[in-house]
Amino acid sequence: MRNSLLKRRARKLFLGCLAPFVILASWEYLGRRGIINLSILPRPSVIMDCLAEMIANGQLKKHLLVSAFRVVKGFLIGGGVGLVLGVLCGLSNTWNDVLSSLIGILRPIPMIAWIPILILLLGIDEGSKIALIAIGTFWPVLLNTSRGIRNTDKKLLEVGIILEKSRSQMLTKVILPAAFPFIFTGIRLGVSSAWSCVVTAEVIAAAVGIGYVIMYARELLQPDVLLIGVLTIGVVGLLLDVVLLQIEKRALRWNEADER
Amino acid sequence: MGMNKSVDILGVSKIFSLDSGDLPVLGKSDFHIESGEFVSIVGRSGCGKSTLLRIISGLEIATTGEVQIGGRRVERPSVLTGLIFQEPRLFPWLTVEKNIEFGLHRKIEKTQRREVVEQHIALVGLSGFEEAFPRQLSGGMQQRVSIARTLINQPNVLLLDEPFGALDALTRIHMQNEILQIWEAEGSTMILVTHDVDEAIFLSDRIIVLSDRPGEIKKVISVDTSRPRDRSGPRFMEIRREIYTEFFEDSSLSIEYYV
Repeated sequence: MRNSLLKRRARKLFLGCLAPFVILASWEYLGRRGIINLSILPRPSVIMDCLAEMIANGQLKKHLLVSAFRVVKGFLIGGGVGLVLGVLCGLSNTWNDVLSSLIGILRPIPMIAWIPILILLLGIDEGSKIALIAIGTFWPVLLNTSRGIRNTDKKLLEVGIILEKSRSQMLTKVILPAAFPFIFTGIRLGVSSAWSCVVTAEVIAAAVGIGYVIMYARELLQPDVLLIGVLTIGVVGLLLDVVLLQIEKRALRWNEADER
Repeated sequence: MGMNKSVDILGVSKIFSLDSGDLPVLGKSDFHIESGEFVSIVGRSGCGKSTLLRIISGLEIATTGEVQIGGRRVERPSVLTGLIFQEPRLFPWLTVEKNIEFGLHRKIEKTQRREVVEQHIALVGLSGFEEAFPRQLSGGMQQRVSIARTLINQPNVLLLDEPFGALDALTRIHMQNEILQIWEAEGSTMILVTHDVDEAIFLSDRIIVLSDRPGEIKKVISVDTSRPRDRSGPRFMEIRREIYTEFFEDSSLSIEYYV
């Protein structure tokens, strides 16, 4: 049993690494043969050297930490507001009706279109960046929370009514736990949205952060640094999702879906 | 137990208002159930028997008339009137122990709480499954958890809405025996809605036969044999025939076609 599980995992890992490996190998080969213009697209080995240097001199860490800090702040604000409004919209038709037109208009606005407005309102410093991240986090958390709450099984609500539970007990013991899988999906989408928003904000205007690294490298024509910046965004995004999935798996141990 | 656990159904009827018009589901019904009596309500599907039970529980409001329990008008659901649904309706995120504890209404201190919960887990024969989640249990075990969750408040009246309808035949017979034991131990008034005629005869003191929609009390049959009842005894068969005759009287289909 255990052996076959390990085998399956190894196979999955192998297949997952196959495509990137083939791309990297042919890229390196074509670079060495001089088919690719190295001043635009350096070889993977050169990029690795550059990465090692950026790790060694602390540059990568410095920019990553700044970006991460912005994400945390923006996420907490946007996620918190989204959660509260999501619960209100889910519980009350009045709130839902009041907010629905606003949501309908504001939600389709792409993140990049917010930036000029936010810079105008909040200045070019931290405020506008964090606001952008908060907006990006807000939508998925809001929508999934309210949908999860509206989806609460009426049959379970009846159990609460029969057992004479108070309104607050109904909310904390029945409605919120029932909506939790939805809420968590909202949080996961919110985190990945927050991470892409921080890069968007930093690419437009910043003096530090991973998005800034990319823009600065472009101006200085350092394609290796630029690529490291881009890849870092991808890797961090992946890691965040993996970590959140693990947390979800643990928190939703009772849920049937993840057993299969 | 001197407490009055009688149930009075006084001129109760129910009309559902739908977009397409009014739908009468329950005709005017009057009935008195003695304190501690076991009564079954049988009828074909859609005859309003579940609606009647929900009205007794206070979950649904009657269009006319009222229900009194122990001489007091039912206005809203109460933990003293337990309702067991066809589906166990457990909270999937809680363990067996926590699900049962969720039912507990009165405020008592923690050690006592644990003790009461443990007692009820034992009562329904689930000791050792305290930490299990509902999805890890069979349908019969889940229904037992649901029964324990209701019994933990020591209800005066226990309403059962086709509680074993989704279980296989053997488990169902097993659960019927357990319900009898619980009834004898707790002395509560039992009202069981079922479409399983044998189940009704096996368990009840009296059986109410409802007509088709809108459901009205068509006949009341007393089951006068002593418990435990022999499911193939002559009196059992006789009562069964009597009920089936009531069922199919207003139907063009013959009894033989069904039985």
